[in-house]
Amino acid sequence: MTAPPRADGLPDPGAPLAHYVSDAPFDPNLDDAGAAAVAEASQLRLMWWQFRRHRIAVVSLVFLLLLYTSTIFVEFLAPYHQDTRHLDDIYEPPQQVHLFHEGAFVGPFVYGRHMTLDMDNLRRVYDETGSRVDRLRFFCRGDPYLFWGQIPASLHLVCPAEGGTFFALGTDRLGRDVLSRMMYGARISLTIGLLGVTMSLVLGIVIGGLAGYHGGWFDAAVQRVTEVLQSIPSIPLWMALAAIIPVTWSPLLVYVGITLILGLLDWTGLARAVRSKLLSLREEDYVLAARLMGAGTGRIIGRHMVPGFMSHLIASATLTIPGMILGETALSFLGIGLRPPITSWGTMLTEARSVNIVAIYPWLIFPVLPVILVVLAFNFLGDGLRDAADPYH
Amino acid sequence: MVRYILRRVVTMIPTLILISMLVFIIIELPPGDYFESYVAELQALGEQADLDEIEMLRDRYGFDQPQYVRYVRWVGGMLHGDFGYSFAYRLPVSDVVGDRLWLTFILSFVTIIFTWAVAFPIGIYSATHQYSWGDYGLTFLGLMGVAVPNFMLALIMMYFANVWFGLSIGNLMDSAYVDAPMNWDKVRSILSHIWIPVVIIGMAGTAGMVRRLRANLLDELRKPYVATARAKGLSPGRVLRKYPLRMALNFFIADIGSILPAMISGAEVTAIVLSLETTGPMLIRALQSQDMYLAGSFLMFLAVLTVLGVLVSDIALALLDPRIRLGRGTAK
Repeated sequence: MTAPPRADGLPDPGAPLAHYVSDAPFDPNLDDAGAAAVAEASQLRLMWWQFRRHRIAVVSLVFLLLLYTSTIFVEFLAPYHQDTRHLDDIYEPPQQVHLFHEGAFVGPFVYGRHMTLDMDNLRRVYDETGSRVDRLRFFCRGDPYLFWGQIPASLHLVCPAEGGTFFALGTDRLGRDVLSRMMYGARISLTIGLLGVTMSLVLGIVIGGLAGYHGGWFDAAVQRVTEVLQSIPSIPLWMALAAIIPVTWSPLLVYVGITLILGLLDWTGLARAVRSKLLSLREEDYVLAARLMGAGTGRIIGRHMVPGFMSHLIASATLTIPGMILGETALSFLGIGLRPPITSWGTMLTEARSVNIVAIYPWLIFPVLPVILVVLAFNFLGDGLRDAADPYH
Repeated sequence: MVRYILRRVVTMIPTLILISMLVFIIIELPPGDYFESYVAELQALGEQADLDEIEMLRDRYGFDQPQYVRYVRWVGGMLHGDFGYSFAYRLPVSDVVGDRLWLTFILSFVTIIFTWAVAFPIGIYSATHQYSWGDYGLTFLGLMGVAVPNFMLALIMMYFANVWFGLSIGNLMDSAYVDAPMNWDKVRSILSHIWIPVVIIGMAGTAGMVRRLRANLLDELRKPYVATARAKGLSPGRVLRKYPLRMALNFFIADIGSILPAMISGAEVTAIVLSLETTGPMLIRALQSQDMYLAGSFLMFLAVLTVLGVLVSDIALALLDPRIRLGRGTAK
């Protein structure tokens, strides 16, 4: 009895409209369940829901967490120690990891290498004879190290075959493994941004908080200083301050000094954000209530106002981390930031400073890859956090 | 309008004074002075330092005076063109610097023009074709521009220019013209070299500007008046040209203030890598040898350049937007 369906999907004129009837029992509360969950969820949970929708931000968060966790176990993860020199393997190009040898599966391995000196071009030439298969070992004994500088150990996640080498990203001027050094360098390069941003966050909250809450001459002074610091290009200023660090300082002190420089000049943007937020929150009723109940300035700012915009602040702080990482890299690259023996991505890139080096030993610029990835990841994460910071929108 | 410009110029003065104080503190921070390390170095080499000359210089630049006297002298000197004495070069700073300040200025100026010329069409395209492949591709390119450190970009471009075109792209002019006076050939040589540093330096700024222009324009496009205009039958291109684009233009000029410091920062580092004849390479050498008057005048110059750039953009904005010059609103 069913007529062929019309082109527009409607029944014939006069025929009853087909409609769907659900057999499920009627539950009057069903519709409200989602809304109720939203209404009852804590602010953090709402933010998480919002944040989860930003896919790239979630991926970036996972990536960064993995990276930061890996810096804890660098000694174990890296195939070599950062300072181990291989005098027979200077400027060795990256060794490719293979799985199959002449059609047969042998597991991850590299081909053994033979070095000859090319006396015409004065270069070392490494050729893969192709016959010697050096199978990689896992969970093996390799370069001895002091775990966290304390516990002597020699366990590595992956090591070269006995008597063989494994330089996945090649070696540098002193025959040090670039991959291992990149992993050790992550410790410095990743923490310097985090420490710097923590410092500028604290400075920003305290200075911006006082300026926004008190107003008056302090506010005017802070405004001026902010304006001055923001109008001087940051890299030349960093350069000038970094050049002041005495050559005699120990590497650790230099590290602290550079972190201080990065943090001390970067609080202005955050202080501005705090100030403008405070100015608007200061007029809110709950602040008046707190003041009438006798709360002091510190308590009102710290207990009542800061939590109100902390999420915004963390989002904008996240967006300033890339600048610090890039700043450290640039300073170290120019030779006035961190100095060897500290290994950071920037000090590693110093090796690739001239175009000739890049042309002959292109693998020396690999440390720029983690810089790019980390900067991108922090940018995405910051975007996601900024969207999530205001979940009621 | 004149009142606005006057007010804006007057508020610039305390900023400049504070900047000069900051720069002076920085150049005074290292312990000792250039002469002490110089004399120590000569004595270590077993040579006799020309103490008379040093004494004369010390006296002339007031090294035995308290710091505030030296500060006043330094600032006073700068006001009539005496930037101090470069100890490493044994010449007045203004002689050492030569064309470099001008070249830095020209480079920054051309870079701004480049940034505008590139960011404007791309930003409009990205906003009007939101979520298209073109938008994604351009966004990705922009993100790379932000994430790749520009000294690395400079190195990589140098490498490829060398391999593909056999070009040597360092420097800002052919070596024959470095010390030559400004003439037509020199200008042509500069013009043929300048585009590579401009592209490299402009990359990060352009990327940021495209991102913000796109966001701004998208906000504007979602407003009801755009829907009204469309509903009345205006063609999309006309709607865009008549209203949202003009709103975005304001932001476009105001944004220079925020990208200028970053751009000048990038220009310094790029200049060092490409060894351009601008302030960058000389600044870092001066800093490393503690030639503090030279470094100080470079820092001061860069800061003044930034402040003036922001001033110009504020004035242009006021010319464009009556709300700013009539109300007491600040830029942005």
